[in-house]
Amino acid sequence: MNKKDNFVKGLIKENPLFVSLLGMCPSLAVTTSLENAIGMTLGVFFVLVLSNLIISLIMNNKKLAELVKPVRIPVYIVVIATLVTIVEMVMHAYLPSLYFSLGVFIPLIVVNCIILGRAEAFASENKPVDSLIDGAGMALGYGAAIMLISIFREFLGKGTLTIWGDLQINLAFIFNFLKIEPIAMFVQPVGAFLTFGLILAAITAISNNYQNKLAKEVKNNG
Amino acid sequence: MDNLLVLAFSAFILENIILSQFLGICPFIGVSTKRSSALGMGVAVTFVMLISSSVTWLLYKYVLEAFSITYMRTIVFILVIASLVQMVEIFLKKVSPTLYKALGIYLPLITTNCGVLGVAILNISKEYNFIQMIVYTTFIGLGFLFVIYIFSMLREKLDFSPVPKAFKGAPIALVIAAILAIIFSRFGGII
Repeated sequence: MNKKDNFVKGLIKENPLFVSLLGMCPSLAVTTSLENAIGMTLGVFFVLVLSNLIISLIMNNKKLAELVKPVRIPVYIVVIATLVTIVEMVMHAYLPSLYFSLGVFIPLIVVNCIILGRAEAFASENKPVDSLIDGAGMALGYGAAIMLISIFREFLGKGTLTIWGDLQINLAFIFNFLKIEPIAMFVQPVGAFLTFGLILAAITAISNNYQNKLAKEVKNNG
Repeated sequence: MDNLLVLAFSAFILENIILSQFLGICPFIGVSTKRSSALGMGVAVTFVMLISSSVTWLLYKYVLEAFSITYMRTIVFILVIASLVQMVEIFLKKVSPTLYKALGIYLPLITTNCGVLGVAILNISKEYNFIQMIVYTTFIGLGFLFVIYIFSMLREKLDFSPVPKAFKGAPIALVIAAILAIIFSRFGGII
């Protein structure tokens, strides 16, 4: 597998959220606004890329790998928890409003299945550079997925799209034009489940359609 | 006493761990296809949550705060929870093999259940005292058990329903969860 494929696979083909259904809790909880989703993406990106790199460096060193192998899961968890603590402290110091709106979900990056999953499935068996690229691709794939959910939820629920702080796109004129109110349900917990379920169904439908087409082509050619 | 009742009720219904706080979604979707496994998972989570929240609360108050190293919270909590789950597993295996048979397979899954770590952290950030912490954690756990059990009954029925092809599996489960969340959020009027 070349480097480009390695990067791209996390975005669509092996998207951690929509294909493997990993890391669902934060994807439902922090998607009330686009800003929160972007903040979460930054946190996950930092932790995933560095944890993949560090774990791969440990496992590629023969002496260290032998030492670590019997207790590798606790070691992974310590590495990940340290990185998460760094994210927590930096966010608390420099982005306090984001820190408080993400709340408990920053420390919970530790138990996000994507990060431990990539450590065990990829970083422990591959070269540091490949692991770094894999981590970046997976984190961006996850980020794109939660941003998609949050765009739907914030637009339908509030009629705005908050990108960062005061930088906000106001789309209320669409609702005014249609003479309806934004549907507040979408920024409540209900909307999280509903939006995620519907997007997942749409993606399943599209991929089923695509696979049927591929199967037909194979049939016609053969 | 009144306050504790309100706390218990809101932990059970309003702040329901699955339907309003979105913690522990993985087992909620993954282990809720059969009633028996939902019950096992629910009991195991409630049990582990209570033990680990008590231990982490005491540890935070009397070790981390005393030495003012509260920034070690995340690392300490996850390690404590992981080792506690192991200890509970070994203990159950020795003391009650029947209980171990029923809950055993769910215990390793619980280590990475964000509900357990989440509740331990929430207890700290909400600044509960020990009694409040016990009440809150117990009812959060029972809320988890209640919702996952209801949900498993719905999903057993769902096996016999003609679900559109694209909705099979996780999507329809999420849509049902949305409907459950509407019902639970409407109980807010009681308080």
